[in-house]
Order: sequence, then structure tokens, then C-alpha cells
Amino acid sequence: MKFEKQGDGLYRLDVTGYVCPHPQLYTKKALEKIGQGEILELVFDNPSSGESIAAMCDSAGNELVSKDLQGGKYTWKIRKAAG
Amino acid sequence: MGAESQPGVVDPFERRGRLWAYAIVGFLSLLTVVGSFISDYAIYLAAYLWFGFVYGTCLQYGRFCFSSAFRDLFAVGVPRMAVGLMIAMVLFGVVSAFVTASGNSTFHPAPYGWHSVIAGLIFGVGMVLTGGCASGSLYKSGEGNVTAMLVVLAISLSQAIFVDVGGWLNALVPQTWREAAANRGLPPEITVGDGWIDQYLAGHVWNQPIATYGELLGFGNPYAAAFVGNVLIGIVLPAAVALAAIYFVWYRKSDLRKRREAGGVRPGFAAELAGYWRMIAASRRTAVAGLVLGVAAGLHMYVMKGLQLKFGVSNFADLMAAMGFTSGISIKGTVFDPGYWYLTTQEAQLVGWILDKLGWNITDNIFFGLENGIPNPILNPALWMTAALILGAAAMALLHGEFKWKGTTLELATWALIGGTLMGIGSRLGLGCSVGGFFSRVSQGDVSGWIFGAGMFAGAYLGVKFFNWWTERKMAREMAAFGP
Repeated sequence: MKFEKQGDGLYRLDVTGYVCPHPQLYTKKALEKIGQGEILELVFDNPSSGESIAAMCDSAGNELVSKDLQGGKYTWKIRKAAG
Repeated sequence: MGAESQPGVVDPFERRGRLWAYAIVGFLSLLTVVGSFISDYAIYLAAYLWFGFVYGTCLQYGRFCFSSAFRDLFAVGVPRMAVGLMIAMVLFGVVSAFVTASGNSTFHPAPYGWHSVIAGLIFGVGMVLTGGCASGSLYKSGEGNVTAMLVVLAISLSQAIFVDVGGWLNALVPQTWREAAANRGLPPEITVGDGWIDQYLAGHVWNQPIATYGELLGFGNPYAAAFVGNVLIGIVLPAAVALAAIYFVWYRKSDLRKRREAGGVRPGFAAELAGYWRMIAASRRTAVAGLVLGVAAGLHMYVMKGLQLKFGVSNFADLMAAMGFTSGISIKGTVFDPGYWYLTTQEAQLVGWILDKLGWNITDNIFFGLENGIPNPILNPALWMTAALILGAAAMALLHGEFKWKGTTLELATWALIGGTLMGIGSRLGLGCSVGGFFSRVSQGDVSGWIFGAGMFAGAYLGVKFFNWWTERKMAREMAAFGP
């Protein structure tokens, strides 16, 4: 697991290789750590986590800005809800 | 996807994946055809195989993991899998109620009691540690996940060893169990005095009550027992209540917020019902998977019973004997042949068969020796279901560009082995896993199903509490690197 700040308002969480429930738990915690309106770039490769993370974002009002899948690896950008 | 960002463009990775998916389907078709040339009875194995394939595709498509139904509620407050699970159980129950009512069910209810709760609790902790239950780990193995493969290995090994081990564990058997087991009059080959699980089963579990809701409520008419007792009272009502509880605890607040933002909150019963329905319809692919799984699981019972009637047998061991194979058949003259969707026992049989070949006396216990046998894997019907489930999941993942070989790490391998072992132990204590011990039993109105599920629920809570603490520590370490 790697969680790093990449710039102003941009964070990256890499949970490649992790199985459930790690990706969704780390994503939840990472979103709790960053500020409102900031972006979390999430990288993971466990498909079932994606379904739970999307539902979690929808429930909390966080916006899924972009979704990509290349070679079995997902890269999602999530903007934390303003409040 | 790949595709998700460039619609209409199929990259070489996806194209290769699709070819592999078609190759899997072709291979299984070829196997079916070749089998039918070898023996008429091969259709029995093929039925398990193709239902396993359907289960695998549905599980992967819907990211359908029983573990996540419980775990994701506590971990991230997401009810989508709990909803999918309830849909699947109701449909499985409705479809198979006809076969139950007509007296043709292949299902046998299990004893229920405190042992079911404890077994579910141990299984529940294990399934959170591993990241998937028995079915979840199998379908994730099909996605190329090595950690999930380790989980399957740990479940299989731990079961095979747990059902046979005696020695110092015999000292932990209560005297009442020991005496009751000794007085059962079991065949001497079983050596019932040596083996914790043997004495647990013969001395305790077999003395516990067995009932379906239809029987418990005293319905004399088999159709009333199946449809009103088992389905309506045993599945639909508890599922509706469980979903209502999930709606109020985990879904309603965010649904209200979204409705407020959309400018339309009208309080009242109709609004709550609409919210309840939105929760059910929230994850289309999980709901669709639940629907297909439920119907397929019900049809599976019809097909297996139909084949038994066609061949005039009640267990695949009879067909094995007719083909001239008697090795690996249990003392009762049976092999494990559930006739419906069931996992874990057949994987334990594979390990048992290997241990037997290595010289371990693995048949002096109730699980292998008396009841399930250790048939050659080629002739193990339920094992075909497991293998095809993995291949079905692989085909679906390959079709959607989601197959990826994923190695493991020391951390994940540790959780996989510990959690898999706990699931193996929980499965044998509860006489089934999240599928055989919970899903299939609830769907057949077996009283033990919800009791095992209650234990899984508590186990999932404890497992998530632990992982919350664990991940928080790791996050804090990462955060320290870039300051507040």
C-alpha cells in the first residue's frame, strides 16, 4: 500500500495487489484524511473492490471523476465531497 | 474499459483475453462431448460442471461474494452485496420449492444449535481476514488472484486435517460426547474414539434438532410447508426484515441527503418504501447476478434429481460402481453428491485423496470414511462443479479485461492462510460454508441456515474491527511521510 501526496489537492493511493477488504478500507480512510474538494487518485486491481468503492462514493457524495482500466489495473479519480 | 476511457477500441490485452475465454468454453464443451462418448453416466458429471460454470460467471460478473455481504456493511457501509444475497436466496427458495413440495428434493437439513453460531462466528472472522468466503476465493482464483488460491488451499487442507486429527485433541472432548459417540454403534473402521470432530459429530451434533420452517410450523400439506413455511416464513420475511434493518442503519441517511440535494424530500411511508427499493436496485450487476444465481441454483436441484431418477440411483457412487470404480466410496456406499450448489467438502476430498495416496490413513473418520468418501478427482462430481466455477469466473474476467495474474505478499499470504484455516474449521463445525451452510440452507427453509448466518454476521463484525485497527496503523505510517 502506498499513500502519497502528489501535489496541491492531489493524493495517490496505490493498493495494487490487495484483495478485499483492504482496497475499500484504505480508500475510505484516505478520503477521510484528505480535504474537501481534493482529488484522490486510486490504483487497484481487485475488481470486486471497485463495486464497493463506487457504492461508497455514491453514498458519501464523493464524485467519481474518471475511471480507467488498463491491463487489469484500475485507475480512478475521486473528488471528495465539499461538505 | 481500457475501453472505459476509449469507447469502441479493443486493445490487444482484451482481444487476447476474449480468445482465452472462448478457449475455456471450448475446452469444457470438448470435455463434455468426450465424456459422453466414454460413458452415458458422464452427463451426471457434466451437469455439475456446467452449473459450476454458470455459478462462476455469475459470481465474477456480480462481484458476488458472501463475505462482502456481511463485511462491507461494517467496513464501508455498503449494502449492495447483502441485497444481492437476499435476492438470490429468495429466488433459489421459490424455484426449488416445487421440487421440495413434490418430494424430490436432494436437500437434507442440518442439525441446529449453539454449534451453528460458533461455527458461523469462526467462519465469519476467517472470511474477513482472507477477503473472500469459499465461493469468493474460488471466483477470485479464476481472476488470477494468487492470494485467493492460497485461501482455497488453506480451506481445503485445514478441513482435511481437522476432520481426522485426534491425539492431544481427544483430551478436549467432553466426557458426554465421548460416551454418546461410543454408543452410536459406528463401524470399527471409523475409530470414533480417536478424532475430535468424530466425537463432536456423533456425540453432540447428531443429537441436535433438525427441521425446516415448514416442519417446525407443523404444515401437513407439502406445498404449504414448502411455499408458506420454507419460502414465505423461512426466507422472504426474514430477508425483508434484514433488508429493512440494513436500509435504516446503512442506507437511509445517505439516500435522504441525496433526495434533499435533488430538492425532493417528502417524508412518509411511501418515501421510505421508495428509498428501500432504490437500495435494492442500486447495484444492477449484483442484483442481476443474484437473480441468475438464485434461478440456476434452483434448477440445479431439478436437473440432479432428474438424472438420479433417469439412472435409478440416489447417489453418484452407484454410477461409479456401475462403471467399475469402487475405490474411494465411503462405508455407507456413497460419495459426496449434494445435488445442489455446495462448496468446501469436495476441495477437502481432493486433499484427502492426495493424503491417502501419500500413505496417510485418512478414512478412519466420519467425514471421509463414513459419509463422503475420497473418490478419484476425475470421478468426484462436486469437484467438477468447483473446477468449472473457477473456469467460469476466469472466462468472465477474461471477456471483460479483468483477468490479471496477481501475486501475493507476505502480509496477504499470512491473512490468507490464517483466515482460510479458520474458514476450514468453521465449515466443518457448521457442516458447510457460506454457500452450503448458509445460502443453500436458508434457501431451503433449513432452520440452521439463519443461525449459521447470525454467527457469520458477528464474526464479520469482529474481523472488520480488527482490520480497521490494522489499516489505520498502516495509514498513519504512510501519512507521517508527508506530514499533516
